[in-house]
Amino acid sequence: MVATYDTKTDYKVIGNSPIRHDGVDKVTGRAIYGGDVKAPGLIWGDVLRSPHAHARIKSIDTSAAEAMDGVFAVLTHGDFPQTDDKTIDAGEGTVNLRRGQSNVMADKKVHYKGHVVAAVAAVDRNTAQVAAQAIKVEYEVLPAISDVDAAMAEGAPQILDGLVGDHLGESVENTNVARVFRHEFGNVDDAFANSDLVIERTVSMSMVHQGYIEPHNATAIWGQDDNLTVWSSTQGSFGVRSQVAGLLHHPESKIKVNYVEIGGGFGGKTVVYLAPIAALLSRKAGGRPVKLVMDRSSVFEATGPAPGGKIRMKIGVNKDGKIQAADTDLMLEAGGFPGSAVGAAAICVFACYNLPVSRITGYDVLVNKPKSAAYRAPGSPQASFAIETVIDEICDELGFDKIQFRLDNAAHEGTRRGDGVQFIRVGLEECLVAAKESDHWNSPLGDAPAGKKRGRGIASAYWMNGGGKSTCDLMLQDDGTVMLNEGSADIGGTRTSIAMQAAEVLGIPVEDFHPSIPDTESIGFTGVTGGSRTTYTTGLAAYNAAQKLVVELKSRVADLWETEASNVEFADGVFSANGDSIGIQELAGKLDPTGGPATATASVNLAEAGNAYGVQICDLEVDLETGKTDVVRYTAIQDVGKAVHPQYAEGQIQGGVVQGLGWALNEEYFITDDGAMANRSFLDYRMPTSLDMPMIDTIMVEVPNPLHPYGVRGIGEVPICPPLSAAAQAIKEAVGKPFYELPVKPGRILEAQND
Amino acid sequence: MTTNSPSKVHVTTTINGQQHELLVPPYMSLLDTLRELIGLTGTKEGCLDGNCGACTVSVDGRIVDSCLVLGAEVNGKNVNTVEGMATPEGLHPLQQAFLEEAALQCGICTPGFLVAAKGLLDNEPSPSEGRIRHWLAGNLCRCTGYDKIVRAVQKAID
Ligand code: FES
Ligand code: FES
Repeated sequence: MVATYDTKTDYKVIGNSPIRHDGVDKVTGRAIYGGDVKAPGLIWGDVLRSPHAHARIKSIDTSAAEAMDGVFAVLTHGDFPQTDDKTIDAGEGTVNLRRGQSNVMADKKVHYKGHVVAAVAAVDRNTAQVAAQAIKVEYEVLPAISDVDAAMAEGAPQILDGLVGDHLGESVENTNVARVFRHEFGNVDDAFANSDLVIERTVSMSMVHQGYIEPHNATAIWGQDDNLTVWSSTQGSFGVRSQVAGLLHHPESKIKVNYVEIGGGFGGKTVVYLAPIAALLSRKAGGRPVKLVMDRSSVFEATGPAPGGKIRMKIGVNKDGKIQAADTDLMLEAGGFPGSAVGAAAICVFACYNLPVSRITGYDVLVNKPKSAAYRAPGSPQASFAIETVIDEICDELGFDKIQFRLDNAAHEGTRRGDGVQFIRVGLEECLVAAKESDHWNSPLGDAPAGKKRGRGIASAYWMNGGGKSTCDLMLQDDGTVMLNEGSADIGGTRTSIAMQAAEVLGIPVEDFHPSIPDTESIGFTGVTGGSRTTYTTGLAAYNAAQKLVVELKSRVADLWETEASNVEFADGVFSANGDSIGIQELAGKLDPTGGPATATASVNLAEAGNAYGVQICDLEVDLETGKTDVVRYTAIQDVGKAVHPQYAEGQIQGGVVQGLGWALNEEYFITDDGAMANRSFLDYRMPTSLDMPMIDTIMVEVPNPLHPYGVRGIGEVPICPPLSAAAQAIKEAVGKPFYELPVKPGRILEAQND
Repeated sequence: MTTNSPSKVHVTTTINGQQHELLVPPYMSLLDTLRELIGLTGTKEGCLDGNCGACTVSVDGRIVDSCLVLGAEVNGKNVNTVEGMATPEGLHPLQQAFLEEAALQCGICTPGFLVAAKGLLDNEPSPSEGRIRHWLAGNLCRCTGYDKIVRAVQKAID
């Protein structure tokens, strides 16, 4: 059952931008992040990683490490308990436990360079490092498979022993393609035959990393009573708990995950890497607390980047400007184990358009690179690049206005998405209209200085957003302030955007709330901060808890005034009945005779989330001599449903845009012939700096989400998608050549000019 | 290293106005000296190779990546970290501006940006947007896209 709401429109709290409750802690250095955790008797762990991208482990000799002074424990795959071939939910994607274990620590094979092979715990960080390097491993090196073509080639060596692929329902052995699936409506071949123009292109893109500034970390204490305590930088403490429980065959009730602040995740901190290792090391070290912090090159080489891959895209259109059909093959890199974002890519790829006929075929392809993970709207940026590249060519070819063409074909309420789901009320058309009317779109591009050329690109994109499970507790204090507990990791101010929703219901200033995020023993289950779900889903839990608290307080008021609860009205923070009235904060101090403290708890599990659309306009300048690009103006238009905290909502959009521009223009995994990532540092993996970017303008369109009482939609992910194509089309306009490969780096621009 | 490690270095240094006398392992970075020996964990680790700026502190008024400086090198010097910016009277104007302009999301880069920005404003009272962007280019932020960070520094100027 999906509840729908008539959206409220007059707000007291929602729509303001108060300072976040955790703000002072974070600007004074007092906030405790995972790396800051201390415990009495703490020792350090470190790991040994594979120098090869693909190899069989012949032997591991840990004796030298074990003999070293100051070493307390050494760990190899054999120390992990046997697990089932079972799949569990990790929040943004699933984890197969047996493969998950092999990803945390290699079993018989290493599947990518940097794959963990062994671990040690020692008296300090330096000793642990030296001891880990003293472990000797013999490998039989195998050829490294670095892209989808090589992985899918006839006779390619199989990366995952025993993998049986599911290819459109058929079991296929000896393959690197874990899954092939299809969504199909109508007959695409007939529709293409009847189209006035058909354009087919194949685009490709490299693997990219989320690039969170805080590396992964974990601290664990395995008590003598088998109670396990964990601190780890994560987008969801409960996700850590369920993965550690599954991977270590340990009861969830015996695992406590403490909340620590998280220094960025973008999807990449939904998977566990170090926590199970810290736990087992602690057990072997007699219950000493063990801490691990990943080094930056390992974050690049051995965590979960976004898949690169190849996308074939074919679109048929008529001269009247209506798309007739679209067909795509999405081949995305899963990395060393199955499970890329290709499923989500398939959902998103055609979601901006109302297509009568469509076919989507997805391929989940193993390569000798780290196991990919979620990265902000996983799969959608790649898919958006593919379709928007072809749409742009269609508009150029037939002379269509790029916004009007999109409006004429836009998805709206009732449109069938490429995977068959029908849209409820969505805001793509409103975004396109806002783009059309924007100052940016109506301003000339302006002249470039000598030796440079300018271009403008526009692109749209979609993300479905997430719902799922969340919990919120409210405890009204005697002085009228409110303690609010909720389970969502706060990566960008969500303590406040969640509290604001309870504050709106209760009519209590949000400054009088104290929101906190307790450990997994002290709050009901709450999913990861991912899928753009937190302000929407945990916010709805807060809204529901506040509504429950109002019901409770009405009966308390009735008690005090010796009347029926049904006679008590509540509006704008004031209870009234029979001419009496009392403010909620004043009432808080008078509750003792009515039964004591007033609290309320709500948990939700939301099947649907509404949807997010963004349209973005990019002006950039190309230096014809060097190929260097500079973004000179950028506008991001997005349907945000209702901006709970407009300043933080805008920040999400700006941050997403800049990540997308990095993806479009610079960022890539540069893989050598032997399968190593050559650019595994922040210096060489060139993320945008403050000097590379202009101010990012935003236009927030508010088409209320019918699934939320305040119309809230998830907003965090969709803004990363349009920049890939918007920037590429701007470069195309500047230099007069199309680009089908990401990133559109200076070298590629120069090459294209010399062609 | 443990038993056979070279002997520790005796260091006397002033950190946020307070004198400390320390025995620092010769290989230990200033970053780890602050975080592990003194317990000042406001200075963050992002890369340990001088490329993210999360570990930015000032040494005798100069901005440095503390992961690239040895603890042994700050003998007799003045070190200032994010923990030293606020006073009993209140937050530093940059800290206040970062809050008001929403210049942080996850906040892991924030201590480094604050110390770096203070280093700029201490020497140049009214830098242009371009100058701010150039000065802060050694500090990576992956969350904000820099727009609101630059605006916060501009606000702190006023
Ligand atoms: S940790 Fe020092 S620059 Fe990144
Ligand atoms: S706020 Fe997260 S890295 Fe800057």
